[in-house]
Amino acid sequence: MYNEKVMDHFANPRNVGEIEDAGGVGEAGNPHGDFMKIFLKIKDNRIEDVKFKTFGCAAAIASSSMATELIKGKTLKEAWDLTNEAVSEALGGLPPGKLECSVVSREAIHMAINEYRKKQGLEPWEEKQQ
Amino acid sequence: MGKKRFVYMDHAATTSTKPEVAEAMRSFLKENFGNPSSMYSIGREAREVVESAREQLAKGLGADPEEIYFTSGGTESDNWAVKGTAFARRKEGKHIITTQIEHHAVLYPCEYLETRGFDVSYLPVDKDGLVDPADVEAAIRDDTILISVMYANNEIGTLEPVPEIGKIASEKGISFHTDAVQVIGKVPLDLERTHSDVDMLSLSSHKFYGPKGVGALYIRKGVEIDNYMHGGAQERGRRAGTENVAGIVGMGKAIELVTANIEKHNEKIRKMRDRLMKGVLEIPHTRLNGHPEKRLPGNLNFSFEFIEGESLLLMLDQARICGSTGSACTSGAPGPSHVLTAIGLSPEIARGTLRLTLGDANSEEDIDYVLEVLPEIIEKLRAMSPFYKPAAGM
Ligand code: FES
Repeated sequence: MYNEKVMDHFANPRNVGEIEDAGGVGEAGNPHGDFMKIFLKIKDNRIEDVKFKTFGCAAAIASSSMATELIKGKTLKEAWDLTNEAVSEALGGLPPGKLECSVVSREAIHMAINEYRKKQGLEPWEEKQQ
Repeated sequence: MGKKRFVYMDHAATTSTKPEVAEAMRSFLKENFGNPSSMYSIGREAREVVESAREQLAKGLGADPEEIYFTSGGTESDNWAVKGTAFARRKEGKHIITTQIEHHAVLYPCEYLETRGFDVSYLPVDKDGLVDPADVEAAIRDDTILISVMYANNEIGTLEPVPEIGKIASEKGISFHTDAVQVIGKVPLDLERTHSDVDMLSLSSHKFYGPKGVGALYIRKGVEIDNYMHGGAQERGRRAGTENVAGIVGMGKAIELVTANIEKHNEKIRKMRDRLMKGVLEIPHTRLNGHPEKRLPGNLNFSFEFIEGESLLLMLDQARICGSTGSACTSGAPGPSHVLTAIGLSPEIARGTLRLTLGDANSEEDIDYVLEVLPEIIEKLRAMSPFYKPAAGM
């Protein structure tokens, strides 16, 4: 049902954990009960480090892992623009009906970025901006 | 990582075919391809083995061979019993009683019948999954024609008070069906003596070490039920279609083997099961689902808090352990199974449900291996969950 890449990111997820003095923290869930919390360490407008914790199915864990890999080292704008399709594609595709999972990572990233922006006294970005 | 045993603990899903069963089937897959309805030698031989399998089934169930009808499996048997009774007795009434925890092969035919003018009462169960015979009695109406209650639940293993419910049904002249798919070779059945109130009983060969694609419906003599498949004269005209000769032969052999020494077998399985249960329940935030005593000897069903079932299954699969869950989000249809919902589990708790069902394939070494691997996997997944706050020092 899942391809090898998904299974790899599920069985050996990258970037699991928390960042204590995170610049931005975000969380999101889906109706299936998958839930992700993400921690961003931001320096010079770039994501210097990222960690996550996820409760959910294998697709949710693999998507979280891949999404964090994809935004690590990227600018905030680049991270904001990450689509769930891109996450799914990077994983070599998710089974139909499992796309809900990748939505969770995007939402969590957005929330974390905006939390950071607010702390910096900046206007939060709007969803449509993507 | 260490050693990687292969551990099969999903005997409620299916079982391996016993070697003796495969051996008995072999010549009917190879040399003898005769149609039991043909008059020449190989046809007659096929007829003979089909009929001796019927006798083996009858013996295993304490029934008369004429009361055994071969089908394609449990689903067909359930469909036949429910729909066949409903249509045969619809002039007498349109009310059916069943439970919320039946297999879908009973529930969905009932739902279908509702679209055809029948009324169905789906009885609740208690927190252990038990149906209360008093509830059955209270649900009976003047127009009740059928009661269908499973013998044992496939998910949580709870054994239902089938003889008691059967008695209630028979006193009122209501047909009584039980889906006994999970209990063949685990509960001694004698339809003549101890279970004389059961009118119809479904079974499926591959749940008791026989081949897949074959099963049977027991129909007590004189019970009113419509014919199921219309066509040839097979199964005394009630279920048409050329017999699955090899499958039927295999099922006959299988029932003979599994009913030979039920108590001894149960004892061995129960011993392993109880050790596994004790060990798994030592994992914090874990509960056992189903009745603590009135349950199938090989069944275990746990819910682990802060765990998601699919992840758990796939992690176990990586360790070459086969189990199942009642809560996988497949094809975008998330949510706990109807059984876990019926026993009152919240969706959050039900999400982390694992069913391990023991059987022939298992040994004490399997129990050791699962007890070594499962706690580690639970710990790893919990450590990944944003909801989990380990207690200090853990
Ligand atoms: S549980 Fe992850 S997509 Fe449904």
